[in-house]
Order: sequence, then structure tokens, then C-alpha cells
Amino acid sequence: MSSDLKESATQQNKKTVGRLFLLVVGMFGFGFFIMPPLYGLICDITGSTNILNGGTTGRITEADLFKSKVDKNRVITVQFDLTKNADLPWEIYPMVKTMELHPGEVKEIAYFAKNNSDKTIVAQAIPGVTPWQATEHFNKTECFCFQKQELKPGESKKMPLRFVIDHKLPNELKTITLSYTFMDTDRNKLKKTKNIPQLHSSL
Amino acid sequence: MSAVTHEEHHHDEPPKGFKRWLYSTNHKDIGTMYLVFALVMLFLGGAMAMLIRAELYMPGLQILDPDLYNNLVTDHALIMVFGVVMPAAAGMANWMIPMMIGAPDMALPRMNNMSFWLLPAAAVLLVSSLLVQFIPGTGTPVNTGWTLYPPLSVQVGLGMDLLIFTVHLLGISSIMASINIVTTILNMRAPGMKMMDMPLFVWAWFFTGLLLVIIMPVLAGGVTMLLFDRHFGTSFFDAAGGGDPVLFQHLFWFFGHPEVYVLLLPSIGVLGLVIPTFSRKPLFGYKPLVYFMGVLFVLGLIVWAHHQYTIGMSLGATMYFMIGTIMISIPIGLMIFNFIFTMWRGSMTFETPMLFAIAIILMFSFAGVTGVMLAVVPADLQYHDTYFVVAHFHYALIPGAVFGLYAGVFYWLPKWTGHMYDEKLGKIFFWWTTLAFNMTFFPQHFSGLAGMPRRIVDYNIQFIEFNQISSIGAFAFGLSHLLFLYIIIKTVKGGEKAPAKPWDGAQIGTPGLEWTLPSPPPFHSFTTPPKLK
Repeated sequence: MSSDLKESATQQNKKTVGRLFLLVVGMFGFGFFIMPPLYGLICDITGSTNILNGGTTGRITEADLFKSKVDKNRVITVQFDLTKNADLPWEIYPMVKTMELHPGEVKEIAYFAKNNSDKTIVAQAIPGVTPWQATEHFNKTECFCFQKQELKPGESKKMPLRFVIDHKLPNELKTITLSYTFMDTDRNKLKKTKNIPQLHSSL
Repeated sequence: MSAVTHEEHHHDEPPKGFKRWLYSTNHKDIGTMYLVFALVMLFLGGAMAMLIRAELYMPGLQILDPDLYNNLVTDHALIMVFGVVMPAAAGMANWMIPMMIGAPDMALPRMNNMSFWLLPAAAVLLVSSLLVQFIPGTGTPVNTGWTLYPPLSVQVGLGMDLLIFTVHLLGISSIMASINIVTTILNMRAPGMKMMDMPLFVWAWFFTGLLLVIIMPVLAGGVTMLLFDRHFGTSFFDAAGGGDPVLFQHLFWFFGHPEVYVLLLPSIGVLGLVIPTFSRKPLFGYKPLVYFMGVLFVLGLIVWAHHQYTIGMSLGATMYFMIGTIMISIPIGLMIFNFIFTMWRGSMTFETPMLFAIAIILMFSFAGVTGVMLAVVPADLQYHDTYFVVAHFHYALIPGAVFGLYAGVFYWLPKWTGHMYDEKLGKIFFWWTTLAFNMTFFPQHFSGLAGMPRRIVDYNIQFIEFNQISSIGAFAFGLSHLLFLYIIIKTVKGGEKAPAKPWDGAQIGTPGLEWTLPSPPPFHSFTTPPKLK
């Protein structure tokens, strides 16, 4: 190869490699810096919950509570369930495990929680509704998931939940499960956890 | 197309001793090292598969502890993907692409050396991530599966950190190799060779290289976040700290789905040479095949979430990913038709590479059919994480990727070594390995549809028969590779001398320049650019 040709080939190679390298750096940046906030944004827009703003899905005001008309012809079974994330040393269970109600009927139940550890723990509950088609029809005026819950060592409390399922709920839905995941909000404690989170089903 | 070559004869002798390999900047030597590395890793990953199948011969726990079993499942996948298929394909690219396009060497020979030598280091790290669990106090083994999903991967022991660094090294290695190959293809072609004159294998690697450059950094970013979550108190993937474990799944599969095409495309490239060669007919629809690869490249990048139908995506997103995934069967189906039309009315002979090529067309199409089943959301919700998925992706990857590489090995062994391989042994190897492969993975469709979950050491006794057939098939499949090794060693040591053009239809099969060189080619080839006629 003549030296001229070689020279221009090397120049061309440098250019191509530079472009490809920029692509690599760009894609790493996309994965590392852009994807996490972008993903959070998409979740916010589509209404997925985020622990930092609390589990506010389906929150309505007292005034709206009785707006839905009661449909006496239908009976819906609601099941209550919970999961404890990463060894939260609390004893928690729904005081009613399953109930039957009409769409539009306002109901109130409570979850019982007791801190079994010797430390004060602040926890946050994140709700989830199954099947997901029912999520937008499951409305709450009062829920322990709206705020962080603090329990001193040995302290216990009943945490109320007041809800209504509006009458627009699709006809084919007969059973709805409301499930909460309780999480310790102290990050450092979580890091030390070596055990796999266990599923505590209350059903 | 033919070329006039003027070989320069000064310093044509390779350096002696270990320096030849350690300091090598020669594309043929580096190609050989890649191929040998892949072969060694094939036996390591294969041995893990044998252990897994031995454990699954009977329900209950026999020889493996559940965590160790899951660690072996994880490492089997990582070794086969990153240690076998990708290095073997890169080895073939190193050997063949400069010779096909008439380049003296790769564009960046020193980077080429480095991208290979990162691999053994990564292999050592990977093996130590498996062994470190035997030291007390290092925590749970990496029992996550190759997808490394958090929250489990945040909680397992030291092995995970070693594995994260392994993935970093492998990523850097394959990014450098890809940059090198793409640059070579773009800039180093012999004067007069246009992009549309290149053999299909070169085109396939062009798209593979671009894919790797795009997806590998995203995986590297994902596992780096995992490392931060484990040690630096961030919570990218921790719901209790405001993160979301599903984010990792998106990052992983943004890499993981195109990765399937990274494994597949080089083999499609080999098919595009082998089938015309032994049909003695030019490739049917060369240009459309290149376009189909381009379509595959684009579609492959935008359908990743079909691996995650069960995470609870919105209906719209699920529909989009389902339709996109089903659309992929169009370019792939058309490629298969192109290969069949190439064979149509050709004067076919059935040497070992051709046998593998035909087997790929049959079995890979079968994987395509189960793939469409899995793409359909309501069906996938049933099949998700069962052995049906295991059967599907082994049918896609063993014929689609591994058999394509075998076809390539047999097709080019005469060129690489200067000796013809033993055709009789080659055919025995083909029938043995193909039958054993089908015996291993075909029954897994049934056990999967009946509900046997994957990645679990134990199973219900109703699946005993299917699993025993599977295990016996797997042992036969594993053993057949000893014959493969024997054939390769025998060919390297000696055998009938191979001419420059060992196959009748070689020049019909590929428009490249590799057959203008003697077999084996000189240490330095095309130091003066060939003149195309």
C-alpha cells in the first residue's frame, strides 16, 4: 500500500472509531443517567405509585364518597392481603380477611400492626389491586398507606381503611384482591438484610 | 470476481514461542485464539449442563444443593452466551472478514489483541464467582439465573460482585471487538469492492457489531447500578428507597433481546455462504437478505419487553410489544424462504456443513413457531418460566447459533488448517449431535406445557419420564462433542491436503476473496491490495 493511501485509511479509521466510541458512551449514558428518571416519569404518567409520594392511588375526598350509587344486584368479594418486604419486624394482619359488598357501598376495615423489635420503625405501605382493571374503581378516603406509619418498640395500633368500589366496575369482575406491601423506610437497615423477603399471606 | 495477489515474502514467519500469541496483532492468530477459547468454554459450560441434567434425572435432591444448582444454571447460560457463541463468532470474523474483503489485517490490530485477552481474565473471574461460595462467610451463591434480577441479586453474596465485574470485562471486550470489525468492514475493503459486493457473512457481522455497540453499554450501566445498590447505598432497584426492580428488567432485556440476534446473525451469515456453495447456485435474493437483516436489526431493538409480560405492564404497552414481536417472524421467515429457494433446483451435495445448514433451517423454523406462541400475551402468561421457554430458546440458540458455527467450522477448517477434515466422522458427528439434541429438548416442550417450572432443582414425579429422556439425550449430546474435538485435532495434525478452493461451488457460494489465497493462507495476506476484475 502506498504511504498516501495508508495515511488516508488511518485517518478514516480514526473517524469511524471515534463515532462508534461516541455511540458507546452515549448508550451507557442513556442506560445509566436517562433511563431511571425517564422510567420514573413514565410510571408517574401512567399512574404507577412511588414510595416517595406515598401510595395515593385511588384517593378521593369525603364529599365524593357517597356519590357512587349502590348497585344492590351485584355482590363483590374483596380479599385483603399483605406482604412484608425484607424482614420488617412487624406483626401485621388485616382484621377482616375477606368481605362481601355491593358496588357503591362504603365499608371500613382495619389492619392491625405491632412493632416486635426494640427499635422505632417507620414503614410505608404500597397498595396494589388485582385484577388491575379494578384499580381505577377502588376508591379510598382513608388509608394507612397515605402516610408513613411509625411504631415505637412494642407499640401496636389499628390502622383504618375506608373505601368504596364504584358502580362502574366492569361486570365480569367478581373478586378483587387488595394487597399491601409494607416496607421499612430506613435504607441502611435494608442493606444489612441478608435474608430473602418472605411472603406472609394472610389468606 | 478474482484477484491478483502479490505476496511479500519478507518476515512472513510468525514469531516463535508464547510471544506469538500473547503479543499477537495478526488477525489469523487472534481468530484462532478466539476459536480455541470458545472450544474450551464449550466444554466448561457443557460440563455444567451435564451436572444440571444429572440432577434432573430424578425428582428430589441427589447431587446438587439447590443454591449451587441455580448458580450452575446461571453460569451455564453466561458461559454459553458470552464464552462460547460470541467468541466463536468473533473468531470467525477475525479469520475470515479481512480475507473476504481483501484487507491486510483488522483496522486496529492492537485493540484486537486486547479485546481477546480480556476474555481469559473474564473467564477466571466468572469461575471464581462460582467457587467463592465454598469459602465460608461469602454469602449465598449467585442463584439468580443469568438475568440477574434484583431484589435477589442485591441480596446474594460476594459471587455477585465478581459476576458484575465479569460482565463489565466481557462487555468491554465485545465492544472493542465490534468497533474493530465494523471499522474494518467500512474502511478496509479492497479498492473497488462495494458494500453490496460483500459476502453475506460480512454483512451479518456488520449488523452484529452495530447491535453490540448499542446494547452492551446499556447492560454495563444496568449491572453498575446493581453494584451501586449493593455497596453504595443507592436504590435504583429498591422499592423501599424509591426505586423499582422492574427498571432493571427493562435495562437487562433492552440488552438481552437484541443479544439473541447478536448470537443468531453470524450463523445466518454462514448459512448465506454454505447453502449456495453446496447447491452450486448463487444466493437467491442477496440484496433482500441484507435488507431483512437490517429490518431485524431495527425490530430487535424495540421489542424487548416481551420477556416481561407478567410484570403488569399497561394494556397498550403489552399490545405494542406483542405485535412488534410477531412482526419479527416476517423478516426471519423470508430469510428462510431465500435459503430454500437457493437450494431449489441446485445440484446439491451433502457434505457436513450443508447437513448442518439444512438442519438449522428445519429446527430453527421450529423454534420460530414456538416463538410466535410465546409472543402471544395470553398464551405466554401460561408458558412463562416453564420448560416450554427452555425448549424454545434452546431450539433457537443451538441450531440457530451453535450449529451455524459448526457449519462454519467444517466449511472453513480446510481453509484454516490446509487439511481436509474426515468427512465420514463429520457426518457421524452431525447425525449423533442432531439426534441427541432433539432427544434432549423436544420432550421439554411437553413437560413445560404440563407446567414444569424452570430454574428449580426439584420437580413433580409426573414429569419423570420426560426428564429421563431429556437427561439421556443430554449425555449423548455432551459426549458427541468429544468426537467434535477429535475431528478438529485430527484435521489440525494432518489429513488430505486442501486446495485453495476446497469446495466445488466455493466461488459461487461467496463473492469474497478468501478462496484466492492458498490453504492455509500465508501469515500475512493482501499486504498489497488485490485488484478486483
